[in-house]
Amino acid sequence: MEIIISILAGILFATAIYNLLQKQILRIIIGTVLLSHGAHLFILTMGGLKDRKPPILIDGIHEIEKYVDPLPQALILTSIVISFGITSLLLVLTYRTINENKTDDMAQLRGEENE
Amino acid sequence: MIFTVLIPLLLACFVPLISKLKDKIHTGIFIFFIPFVIFLYYIQFVGSDFTTMKQTINWIPSLGVNFNFYLDGLSLLFVLLISGIGALVVLYSIYYLGKDERLGHFYVYLLMFMAAMLGVVLSDNIYVLYTFWELTSISSFLLIGYWHFNERSRYGALKSMLITVFGGLSMFGAFILLSVITDTTSIQSMIEQKDIILNSTYLPFILVLLLLGAFTKSAQFPFHIWLPDAMEAPTPVSAYLHSATMVKAGLFLVARFSPIFSSYEWFFIIVSIVGIITLCWGSYMAVRQTDLKAILAFSTISQLGMIMAMLGFGTDLAIYAAVFHILNHATFKGSLFMVAGIVDHETGTRDIRKLGGLLTFMPMTATLALFGTFSMAGIPLPFLNGFYSKELFFDSSIHLTSNGLSSFAEFLVQVIPYLAVFGSIFTFVYSMYFFFGVFGGKNQLSLLPKKPHEAPIGMLISPIILVLGVIVIGLFPNLVNGTFLAHAADAVKGTVAEELHILFWHGWKTPLIMSLTVVGIGIVLTLTRKKWAGVYRFIPGKLSLFKLYDIVLEKLNSVSKGITKQYMTGSLRLYVAIILGVTLTLTFITMFATGGVTIQFDNLADVRVIEVSVVFIMIVAAIGTIFARNNVAIILIAGVVGYGVAVLFVIYRAPDLALTQLVIETVSVVLFLLCFYHMPKLRKRDETKSSKSINIIISVGFGALMTIIGISAHSSKWFDSIADYFIETSYKLGGGHNIVNVILVDMRGFDTLFEITVLGIAALAIFSLVKLKKNKEAE
Repeated sequence: MEIIISILAGILFATAIYNLLQKQILRIIIGTVLLSHGAHLFILTMGGLKDRKPPILIDGIHEIEKYVDPLPQALILTSIVISFGITSLLLVLTYRTINENKTDDMAQLRGEENE
Repeated sequence: MIFTVLIPLLLACFVPLISKLKDKIHTGIFIFFIPFVIFLYYIQFVGSDFTTMKQTINWIPSLGVNFNFYLDGLSLLFVLLISGIGALVVLYSIYYLGKDERLGHFYVYLLMFMAAMLGVVLSDNIYVLYTFWELTSISSFLLIGYWHFNERSRYGALKSMLITVFGGLSMFGAFILLSVITDTTSIQSMIEQKDIILNSTYLPFILVLLLLGAFTKSAQFPFHIWLPDAMEAPTPVSAYLHSATMVKAGLFLVARFSPIFSSYEWFFIIVSIVGIITLCWGSYMAVRQTDLKAILAFSTISQLGMIMAMLGFGTDLAIYAAVFHILNHATFKGSLFMVAGIVDHETGTRDIRKLGGLLTFMPMTATLALFGTFSMAGIPLPFLNGFYSKELFFDSSIHLTSNGLSSFAEFLVQVIPYLAVFGSIFTFVYSMYFFFGVFGGKNQLSLLPKKPHEAPIGMLISPIILVLGVIVIGLFPNLVNGTFLAHAADAVKGTVAEELHILFWHGWKTPLIMSLTVVGIGIVLTLTRKKWAGVYRFIPGKLSLFKLYDIVLEKLNSVSKGITKQYMTGSLRLYVAIILGVTLTLTFITMFATGGVTIQFDNLADVRVIEVSVVFIMIVAAIGTIFARNNVAIILIAGVVGYGVAVLFVIYRAPDLALTQLVIETVSVVLFLLCFYHMPKLRKRDETKSSKSINIIISVGFGALMTIIGISAHSSKWFDSIADYFIETSYKLGGGHNIVNVILVDMRGFDTLFEITVLGIAALAIFSLVKLKKNKEAE
């Protein structure tokens, strides 16, 4: 199963990068969102996907191999919040950019020559 | 000794204060005493019982970089030249520069240069030598560009800077190699260990790099091109830096290191050839010039070439002649520059075509020029010092031995005397051209901007002293011989040579015949100079190194601009593509080169239908984002991927993650939908096929890379997870059953703190982006 999830993460990365390289700003943001999904899945796979109990202690069971690895989950949780903050900032930035420049085409948003 | 180097630098700090008084009293009068006192201090060492002196003051002892000063015959000669001519130049500049000039700047630069030059010749530590060496380049740059409002001055200053700093850095390379090989930073210890250097495999590099430094500083062919352009500097500067002192720093370097390299055959070949070529080329080119200072610049180049060639010969006689000529050249060339400055000052032009017949107007100046030019030409008269050194030059050129040298060196030995005569003929021609062009012939007063008259006596003092030097050395050459020139020659040679007696009359020997040949052919060429004008103009014609330098500089600029424009297009997409492309290539190469790709199928979780179907839906949705042509569609399809991730979190037993992901995905989709109203419609954008295929290659490559990394990382577990610690202690230490939450707020609470900060900053930024709209009104 880890291989399949790795492939899924790879496909998410590929589509994310393809979107990043497009001209329209909305696509670029979608690209970053997909990229963070890919990264989260990537971290999750690193912890192993064996069918075990969720990382909530049940009285009496202290065997380590009974639970899922909790550390990647904590890392992903942090990461989700941070990427959400960035995505929302990017969205508002896009809104302002489009409002000010009347375009969302990256090919036109280049700045002046020799700037 | 160290104080003589540091005092000019220290006193330079006070010059701006003194220069405030310049309306009452000329700043140069204060400055004059500095080099004069230094000169008096060093004159005490002159004498036949001279012994070397050492002084050390720590600077960076842990790196072996200390102020090691070393005074031997060679440094004494240079120190006396620098301080003596320095004093004369300051005296001359008092009359040359008016009070309306920025005197403070001028004397600060000049003192800086003087200190740097004294440092160069006195340093025994190579790194300290290099420091002072670059300081001479910088102060020379400042002095050449003194009249910075002239475009030519700025051009000349930049050119000299680029060329001499290029050489300085090469020399630095040689110094590093030398200090690594010998494990010392002292030149004298290197001379003691010369066998190690001569047997080193780096020897060719050391020699070439070191000589690059010397050749660029001393304006040797083909690096001579900066010197004529440096003539834009005020004349006292040209007289001081570009005839007597700085351009001899290269000669000093070669002389200083010649005890190490003199037995190396290539040292003889390179230094002699470059010197002889510079001699011939410089003297030939000098005849073509029309500007007085340009003639003197090329003449300096050619004389420096002559000294360099003698240093290359390396015989006792040649080294003695070289040292002798360093002294002689400083006297007559310094006086000639001052004469050129006087002529410029009193007539308003330096163009030799407009000048002529000034003998009657400026008899004193003409007399000084007569001695200077005749000494430079090497005319056999007993009161001209130039003759003696030239005679010794001829003598040494015919007494070269080719014992045990290669056939090329042998050929060189045969040719050098003829080239020496050839170069000297032109030296004679331009010397006469200089003198008779300015002072002889008819006057053309109508062409002159000012009515010529004799210079003020103050301006004449310095050239008179220098010309007295020419005559005194000419009449009594043995006065300077045993007392300090012999010590200088010994320092260059590395051993004590047998004593030489300089005689005016040797009898009818080959050198005298060579001298007479030079004078004979020179007179013929001078008299028929007008007929040769066509030849002078035709060779080298349009092909010149000056143009080559301009073209190279211009091309360097335009080509690098072109290259930068190729990839710095301002397009962010291109930058992303480049960054990812490079990352991809490097990572793939590293992975396959180090065998990082491993796939193992054991220790994997089972494949289940439900997971596979979720994965399938997510893949379809992810690919769907690429093809979506509608704002709402793309947002919702991206949402499908997000909820898919949440489902996967549920399946893989991550309840907190699933919760967060669901909430945040929902909020994100809402945000997107809020924004989409303001977005232009998604349209199919024009995209060339090539850029589209590059995008596909990069994105597919990146996806494949991440997949391979994920699988390989999972297949190679190096050590167990640290999860057991968290599971064991979550309740014991953290007091919580939810391990993930205990990690977040207890075990790794700092992560959470700053993640909260990130959210706070994002919120503030969003708030200000929405609220602040002052730009339109403000502008």
